[in-house]
Amino acid sequence: MNMNLYNLPDETGHFGKYGGKFVPETLIAPLEELEEIYKDAMNDESFVKNFIHLCKTYTGRPTPLTFADRLTSHFGKAKIYLKREDLCHTGAHKINNAIGQILLANKLGKKRIIAETGAGQHGVAVATVCAKFGLSCSIYMGELDIKRQSLNVFRMKLLGAEVIAVKSGSKTLKDATNEAIRDWVTNVNTTHYIIGSVVGPHPYPMIVRDFQSIIGMELKEQIIEAENRLPDYIVASVGGGSNAIGTFYPFIKSETKLIGVEAGGYGLQSDKHCATLTLGTEGIFQGMRTYLLQTDGGQVKEVHSISAGLDYPGVGPEHSFLKDNNLVEYYSATDDEALEATSLLTKLEGILPALESAHAIAHLNKLMPLTNLDQIVVVNISGRGDKDLNTIISKLGGD
Amino acid sequence: MSKIKNYINLALSDKRKILSIFLTAGYPNPNSFVDLAKSIYDAGADFIELGIPSSDPLADGHVIQQSSQRVIEQGINITKVFDYAEELSKYTNKPIIAMGYANPLLSYGIKNFFNDAKNCGISGVIIPDVPIDEYDNFYENNNSGIDIILLTTPTSTDKRIIEIDNKSEGFVYYVSMTGTTGNHQNFDEKSLNTLLKTKSLITKNHILVGFGISNPGDVQKFIPHVAGVISGSAIIKSLGNGTAEEIDRTLKLVSDMKAECKEQL
Repeated sequence: MNMNLYNLPDETGHFGKYGGKFVPETLIAPLEELEEIYKDAMNDESFVKNFIHLCKTYTGRPTPLTFADRLTSHFGKAKIYLKREDLCHTGAHKINNAIGQILLANKLGKKRIIAETGAGQHGVAVATVCAKFGLSCSIYMGELDIKRQSLNVFRMKLLGAEVIAVKSGSKTLKDATNEAIRDWVTNVNTTHYIIGSVVGPHPYPMIVRDFQSIIGMELKEQIIEAENRLPDYIVASVGGGSNAIGTFYPFIKSETKLIGVEAGGYGLQSDKHCATLTLGTEGIFQGMRTYLLQTDGGQVKEVHSISAGLDYPGVGPEHSFLKDNNLVEYYSATDDEALEATSLLTKLEGILPALESAHAIAHLNKLMPLTNLDQIVVVNISGRGDKDLNTIISKLGGD
Repeated sequence: MSKIKNYINLALSDKRKILSIFLTAGYPNPNSFVDLAKSIYDAGADFIELGIPSSDPLADGHVIQQSSQRVIEQGINITKVFDYAEELSKYTNKPIIAMGYANPLLSYGIKNFFNDAKNCGISGVIIPDVPIDEYDNFYENNNSGIDIILLTTPTSTDKRIIEIDNKSEGFVYYVSMTGTTGNHQNFDEKSLNTLLKTKSLITKNHILVGFGISNPGDVQKFIPHVAGVISGSAIIKSLGNGTAEEIDRTLKLVSDMKAECKEQL
C-alpha cells in the first residue's frame, strides 16, 4: 500500500476491515452528532487553541524528553530517551484525551459525563476535568478494580465524581465499559461518554488518537532538537492502545520502527495474559471489529495483567490494522518482566514508571541487543507508578 | 415470501396481533428448555426469539445479562441453539427467530450460520449490534432466505428509518425507548408521538414493538398502533429458577399478554 496515503479511518470509520460502528441503533445518532461536532472543532481555530492552551497551562505540557544516560550505559547500545507522560497532571497521558473530550462535551451542550475506568487513571483524569469544568461525573469501575485501586477510587470521589461499582461479568474494565455504554444508551440525550482509549465505535478511536497524538508531535520536535534526526525505534505499551497510538501516529509514515508491547501476564502459554494482538483473533467487541481474546464460541475471555490499565481483552482497531499491514510490530512482556523493569528504571533513572509503561521498558531487554551505538530508541513512559505502589510492594516485598 | 411476514399478514387479516416472546436459549434449565419453549408457544406466543447467549450483551439489562451468563457457563452455544430450533420446528409451524450479538456469529462463520440456521428451521435473525452502517460488511450478501430483522429507535433519524424499512425483512423491530431491555418507562404522549412518526415512515414492513413490555397493560397501550409486541426480560424474570410454580405463572403471563393481542373495537 502507498503509505503516503495513510489517512485512516475512512469515511465509514474503518481502518481497513477493522473499526466501524457495531452498536445498538440508539447510539448511532449520538455517534454521528459527536463526529460532526468533532469535525467542526478541528476546523475551529479557537477550539484547537483552547485545547493546546489547557494542555500547556493545566496539564503541564509539553512533557520533557529525558535522555536516560544510565539506562543507556546499562545496555551499552543505542541511546535511550524517555518521553515523560508520567509528568502530566494526574500522573498519566489519560488527561490529554479527557481535556479534549470535555471541550467536545461543552460544544455538544451535554452536562453529564460518564466514563469507564480500569486502574482508575482515566477515571481520575475525567473526574479532574469535570471538576475543572463544573460538570456532573459518573465513573463506572469493576468491583474487583475498586478493591485493587482504592486510592484512585477515593481520589475520584474527592474530585466530586460518583463511582459506580460494576458487578456484572468479569467485574473489571471490560464490564465497566459495557455498563458505561448501557448508561449512554439510556441517558443519551443528556450525557457524553468519554471513552478512555482508542477503542469503541467510530468516531472514538479517531478522536482519542488525535487528542493523544500531541505526545508524538512533541516527541518529534524534541528529538529533532536534541539529535537533529528522528529516532530509529519508538516503544510503547499497548492495552487499549491510546498512549501507543498517540506516540506512534506522527511517525507512521516515517522510517522509525514502531514497537507496541502488550501485557504477557503469567506468560503466553498460561492463558492468563492480555496479548490480544499477539494471540487474539478477529472479533466484534464493544462497538468495533478488532483483534480479540475469545473462546471458540465467540465469548470474550477473562484476561489478566498485573497492570490494571492493560487488563483488557480487546485492542484499538487501528492497532489491528497496523499489525496486519506490518506498520507496527507487537510483542509482549510478562508481569515479572514488567516488575523487573520497574525496579531497573527506578534505580537507574530515578523514575518510577506505571506498571503499564514498565512493559515498554521491559521490551528493551529484547530490543537493545539488536541496536548499535549510533541509533536512538525512545520509550514512552505513559504514566507514573505511585498508583501501583501497593502492587509493587506486595510483589517485590521489602527488597 | 417471508414466512414471518406471511404469518403476520394472516394474523392481521384475522384481526389478531402478534406476541413474540424472547427466551434466553437454555434458560432456566438446558435439559427442559425445549418443553418450556413448546408450552410458551401453546400459551399463545406467535414467535419465539431464541437468545444466543453473549458475554457482552450491550443492549440488554441485568435480567437478560444474568440469564445469558448462566447459560454460557452451562455450555450453551450456537450449535446448541440450533439443536433447540430443530426440535421446535418439528413441533410447531410458527416462526422461530434467533437473536444474538455479532461476535458469536462472526466466530461461527456468517455463511455457515445462515446455512445451518436455515436447515434447522429458523426464519429470522435479530442482531442488535449490527446497524445498517455495518450491514453489507457483516452479512456478506446473505441469500439464505432467512429474514434479517432490523431495529429502529426513538433516536433514529427519518432518513435512517426509511433505509431500515427498506432493508429489514420479516418486520421492523421498534425499540420503544432509549435504554436497555428490561427498563420500564412510561409510555407517555411524547413516546406515542415518536412511535406514530416512525410508523408514518415505515411503509414496507409491519412493526413489532419491544423493550419494556412486561405485562398485559403494556401490551394494551401499544397494540392499537402496531402489528405486535415483543416481551423478553419480564418473561426471563418470571421464569426465575424454573420451578413448576414459576413456569405456571410465566405461561399465564404469556396467555394474558396474548389476550390483549387483538384488534381493538
